[in-house]
Amino acid sequence: MIGRKKLVIEEAWCKGCGICAAFCPKNVLEIRKEKVTVKDEEECVFCGLCELRCPDYAIYLVNMEE
Amino acid sequence: MPSDLVHLYMRIDHLPQIWCPGCGNGVIMHDVAVAIDELIHDEENSINREDIVIVSGIGCSSRAAGYLDFNSIHTTHGRAIAFASGIKMANPKLHVIVLTGDGDCSAIGGNHLIHAARRNLGLTVICFNNDIYGMTGGQYSPTTPNGDRATTAPYGNVDRPFDIANLATGAGASFSARGDVYHARETIDIIKQAIRHKGFSLVDVYSICPTYYGRKNKKGDAVEMLNWQKENLIPTARYYSMSEEDRVGKKIIGILSFNDYPEYTEEYAKIIASCRKARKK
Repeated sequence: MIGRKKLVIEEAWCKGCGICAAFCPKNVLEIRKEKVTVKDEEECVFCGLCELRCPDYAIYLVNMEE
Repeated sequence: MPSDLVHLYMRIDHLPQIWCPGCGNGVIMHDVAVAIDELIHDEENSINREDIVIVSGIGCSSRAAGYLDFNSIHTTHGRAIAFASGIKMANPKLHVIVLTGDGDCSAIGGNHLIHAARRNLGLTVICFNNDIYGMTGGQYSPTTPNGDRATTAPYGNVDRPFDIANLATGAGASFSARGDVYHARETIDIIKQAIRHKGFSLVDVYSICPTYYGRKNKKGDAVEMLNWQKENLIPTARYYSMSEEDRVGKKIIGILSFNDYPEYTEEYAKIIASCRKARKK
């Protein structure tokens, strides 16, 4: 499945709470200037935990196949 | 562009939501949307989107009825279950889902909660339990732990807190469960089972309020509060495999009680049918 999904950030909706970055199992994300950014996209395993725990719906996965 | 799920089930023009940074309510609302999506797309036993009604009361949590794009009604303080009872009685085939907070559900609406549970009326109540009245400025609620601080308990809360899940069980609810923000996937599965359940179901979902409860009680930011949930809220299977010693200070999440008591609208329909039969004779 890896490679067929993509991590998308809706920056305007991010409030910088840091939940996604703190609980990312692969340490892919970080908060810069109160917004989430992808620091190491190569490491992302597209588990979707950031999407599940983002209170603001500012980060999510899209299926590239569709 | 938000995700497809958000597009499908939320009112995009009302977003981004106005909850504070790190508020757990956004996660719980997402859990509800994912649970409903999975039930709608269940190949064996799908539910109809048009049969879902979202009812909320007043409070931070209750804004969810405005964000979720279903048949929804945002009612008065504490009365979400009362409105929901009317909707369910008028049309029992509907899946009536009440989104409420700890204050709305167990203080102002406490009577409605226990009596809907006692009757086993087929509602699904999802309580966004953040241990405080957030919207009005951080007053202590019926679930604020003993000794914790709030704007109305500056020296510590004297009250002992309600355990809402056990309160519902004691009042006669046939399904009572507990979830939280950290364990989102587990909580989604619990919410799905609660919606599927025929009688009264209650899911007490532990939210986090970093702005009031967290700050007042030096619990740290949203990440620290979620770390507390990760360490101290234990899913059922693991909890029961733990020793008594290891369970000290931990709380169980999962389905806490389950019964197949007769459901209220079905019993009511039986009375109507028997009266009609008697009149025909």
